[in-house]
Amino acid sequence: MKFTIDWLKQHLDTDLNDKEIINNLTNVGLEVESFENASSELDDFVVAKIINAQQHPNADRLRVCDVDIGKNETVKVVCGAPNAKKGLFTVYAGPGAIIPKNQMKLSISKIRGVTSYGMLCSEAELKLSDESEGITELSEKYKEKIGKKYFDTKTSKVVDLSITPNRPDCLGVRGIARDLAAAGVGSLKKIKDSKLNQNFDQDLKVTIKKEKKQGCTIFGSCLIKGVSNKESPQWLKDKIVSLGQKPISAIVDITNYVMIDLNRPLHAYDADKVSKEIIVRNSKKGETFEALDNKKYCLDDDMCVISDQSGVLGLGGIIGGTRSGTELETKNILLESAYFLPRSIRKTSKLLNIDTDAKFRFERGIDPKSIEAGLIKAADLIKEVCGGEVSKFDIQRLEEEKTNKVKFKISLFEKITGFKIEKKEIIKIISNLGFKINENNKNLDLEIPSWRPDITQPIDIVEEIVRIKGYEHIQTLIPEKSRLKPTLNRQQKLFHFLQRSVASKGFFETVTWSFTDSKINNLFRENYNEIKIVNPISSDLNVLRNSIFPNLIFYLKKNIDRGFKDLSFFEIGPVFSGTKPGEQLTVIGALQAGKYFRLNWQETERNVDVFDAKRDTVQTIVEAGFSKNKLIIKDQAPSYYHPGKSGSVFLSTEEDKPIAFFGEIHPNIVKKLDIKTDALIGFEIYLDYFKETKKKLKDQKSQFEYSDYQKSERDFAFVIDKKIKAQDLIDIIVSIDKDLIKNVKVFDVFEGENIPKDKKSIALNVTVQSSKKTLNEKDLEKINNLIISTVERKSGAKIRS
Amino acid sequence: MSDIKKIKDEYINKLDKDQNIETLNQIKTELFGKNGIVSNEFKKLGSVSQEERKKFASDLNFIKEELQNKISSKIEEIETKEINLKLENEKVDVTLPERDFKQGKIHPVSQVIDEISSIFSEIGFSVEEGPDVENEYNNFTALNTPDNHPARDMHDTFYLDEKKELLLRTHTSPVQVRTMLKGKPPFKIIAPGRTYRSDSDQTHAPMFHQVEGLHIDKDINMGHLKGCLNYFIKEFFEVDKLKMRFRPSHFPFTEPSAEVDIGYEIKDGKIIIGEGDKWLEILGCGMVHPNVLKNVNVDPSKFQGYAFGIGIDRLGMLKYGINDLRAFFETDYRWLSHFGFDPLDVPSSYRGLSR
Repeated sequence: MKFTIDWLKQHLDTDLNDKEIINNLTNVGLEVESFENASSELDDFVVAKIINAQQHPNADRLRVCDVDIGKNETVKVVCGAPNAKKGLFTVYAGPGAIIPKNQMKLSISKIRGVTSYGMLCSEAELKLSDESEGITELSEKYKEKIGKKYFDTKTSKVVDLSITPNRPDCLGVRGIARDLAAAGVGSLKKIKDSKLNQNFDQDLKVTIKKEKKQGCTIFGSCLIKGVSNKESPQWLKDKIVSLGQKPISAIVDITNYVMIDLNRPLHAYDADKVSKEIIVRNSKKGETFEALDNKKYCLDDDMCVISDQSGVLGLGGIIGGTRSGTELETKNILLESAYFLPRSIRKTSKLLNIDTDAKFRFERGIDPKSIEAGLIKAADLIKEVCGGEVSKFDIQRLEEEKTNKVKFKISLFEKITGFKIEKKEIIKIISNLGFKINENNKNLDLEIPSWRPDITQPIDIVEEIVRIKGYEHIQTLIPEKSRLKPTLNRQQKLFHFLQRSVASKGFFETVTWSFTDSKINNLFRENYNEIKIVNPISSDLNVLRNSIFPNLIFYLKKNIDRGFKDLSFFEIGPVFSGTKPGEQLTVIGALQAGKYFRLNWQETERNVDVFDAKRDTVQTIVEAGFSKNKLIIKDQAPSYYHPGKSGSVFLSTEEDKPIAFFGEIHPNIVKKLDIKTDALIGFEIYLDYFKETKKKLKDQKSQFEYSDYQKSERDFAFVIDKKIKAQDLIDIIVSIDKDLIKNVKVFDVFEGENIPKDKKSIALNVTVQSSKKTLNEKDLEKINNLIISTVERKSGAKIRS
Repeated sequence: MSDIKKIKDEYINKLDKDQNIETLNQIKTELFGKNGIVSNEFKKLGSVSQEERKKFASDLNFIKEELQNKISSKIEEIETKEINLKLENEKVDVTLPERDFKQGKIHPVSQVIDEISSIFSEIGFSVEEGPDVENEYNNFTALNTPDNHPARDMHDTFYLDEKKELLLRTHTSPVQVRTMLKGKPPFKIIAPGRTYRSDSDQTHAPMFHQVEGLHIDKDINMGHLKGCLNYFIKEFFEVDKLKMRFRPSHFPFTEPSAEVDIGYEIKDGKIIIGEGDKWLEILGCGMVHPNVLKNVNVDPSKFQGYAFGIGIDRLGMLKYGINDLRAFFETDYRWLSHFGFDPLDVPSSYRGLSR
């Protein structure tokens, strides 16, 4: 919402300066987006005279002008205008000036080798008219004004407010003035009485059709006959220009002016183009009309249209049509001031995708009692500027508008805000805001002003009082430290633990979008349904991710393309399994690319591999409090992993969902995405599948058992079928005697020479220790033999000799 | 006697000359071996007269000891020399690089969420979460933002269905709704998380992070709200002085509503929070609207309180001098390395939020 300070002062009597006014706007909740010194910008444009104009040495169409800019100063300006000739009075802008049309800042520049100090401006560049052919031509009268500012220096500063959707009343200058007056910034001026002579009836018949879903409830109008439409007078042009709008004609400018002045949208029809009568009705599907934005709209059922006998004239409260639009030749006009229902306006404009000033206002709620005030102000101005005779007002109503009331308990104010103010002051504030008050002991019976559709209940009154009184009166109470429950629950603690656990293994945490490119997502989607976003920000972010990997791998590639080779990234966050709220899982996804050792003076180079991924996965789970020995590793993993170099981790045999996957990423994916790396591995940890550890840490720590008896270690090498997994072998050995066998470690795996083709050799180191006694040779021999015989029997292995 | 004195002098002389371990062992054998010179002298003891024996034995023992000591100190000397020589030869260039290590990083957003949680934990807030996909009711209607209300235009919403019933939450406020629906007052929660709006430019990202706060009890008023936020902002920016201003504003789900500005200035190109005469908007808040309380079955005549919503990413940008919001989500190795935090740097009140 833009307006100028002097405009505001047409409604507000105040001694405060601009800065104080601006501060007060902020304090009452009207957020100041910008406060521009419009006049200072326009100060840079001065009246000048071309004292010499010569052909540019290097360009046919350019002229080099010597320009008298006053104060005995002459500058050289390069100009392309055909009318730039010796003796012309025109408008000059020096370096630093900002051209109103395109907001370009001028600087001293060389044009085809000749230095130009500033610019001679066309009317279009000054936003005075559409005339862009040549530079502005001023009359001889300006002889005395050379060097003086071209624009009237009274041009006031422009304020731009960001008005929240609850305050349609402040989309008018008068509403803003009212708020300021209530806050003590002077007083609201009375609106001058009209001196209109209305001697004849409005004889164009107006009907609001009584239909279901009728979007119009009041339609006020008057005829103004015998006008001569023209360019607006300077004061009006200045106002319109200061708002960043383009002056059109006096009639249109006046309706816009009243809209911004009173937040009262109006529409002017060329009465001679209206076919016999005005009918406000619901549209029929398929009806069309050409709107003032020069677009043709095809309407649906039940849109509120203003029509005549030959069809639709315009969309009520949204946009008028070209058929009945006013022009400079217009002689008789019909001026409309109506009330349209916000819901109807919003629905129609959404469907047709139209955004206009009128629509913006009507959908927020226009004061239904401002019909006449708007007609009076506009008719007065039109008569003053364009002449003509004004008819009596014709106001059609579907229903009488009600006055809304609210009962306000004074004590509610302190209960909500925490501080107290006198009843007297409360009454003063709300009556200044336009409420009518009936005192009723500790209650106030209030009549809500018709321009405040946002106020419906007592809490709204609290807000009115506290914002006008000032939020600085609210105390700052020191927070109590009382706690209702622990800050984090188990799952949240796990989240934070795992996040830092993975990071501590050398991974960089990333945060990527929750949506991704369906093409990459499909590589990792598995059995999930694709979840499309109806209105994605771009076509490569068009689905919710079914996995962390699509985005992670995309950005990993970007970093590889930047020249980084060995990279470790992870993200912890949501992946989506369906479109319903809650159909999501919290997952850690980690990717590692390149080599484990590279260009190392000590170690031999090697690529990262599945066992790096497995280490990070298992270590993370173990750090989170789960025993490594109890984890079950299976060789199944989603299809985006290398089928032979990937696996899954289960917490126990009973669990049907793995808590993690790890492995090398499928070479086809690496190829398809053109990832130039030595190796790419990854793992995923599913936080939702962690079962709660039964005991809290403090309970787990209660017992400490250990054995001081002698440990014995012995190595075994078995030749075994290739298909048998190392884990099976370990499980067999451990299960022989859980009390005695403390640890089993694979230290060599060998295939090839001296080993049959379908066999492999596995060497294990077994630690045996009793918690009851020192084992003697005999005991050890016994357990060793038992290990050999059990493994041979259960797995078909043979001990190597 | 003179014999053994002679032997002694002769061997002491010998020992003082350059020797190595072998020659020393040889000397040892010559002296103390089975047929060694000194051993032989001891054998002579029996043939020495009674009166001389005692002195002879004593002299002999003295000489034996002296020679033995000399030999062992000589051996030790040589061994030390040898070890030192060996160590000298083993010397490496310690300026060669250590074995590779990898340092991981925590993303600034995660770090800031931990900082925020730590601060609110101190004053008794617990953490709640909600889903990223929401229904239209929880995201808007329950929050007093009915369909066809222009306030919905304040949020550019991503939808998952044509009927616009399923969407990506545009703020963390639906967690208020979920929390209150599933429990009974009092409520004292924060809800950090991802939020989504379909606009994207230098200062807006289609996904960002918010933290919602909600405190509902019998007598929670705007003074508590101001106190809570004043405490939070001071703690978060780790400043003693704070200029804070509450400005009336409008959110459909709070009434009265406020936006909060904090004072700042720019010194040497860096934002200094808490001082200066410029204002920076950092959050929105207000008293929970009675309509919202009714929608979640809380009686507004018995319970009242405040809610607030803060942009997490923006807080992080201000605190850690990060200029570009979009960089948060672009996974640039160099950016993460520069702005990321060490995983061991867990923000907590006793260790301080940041180093």
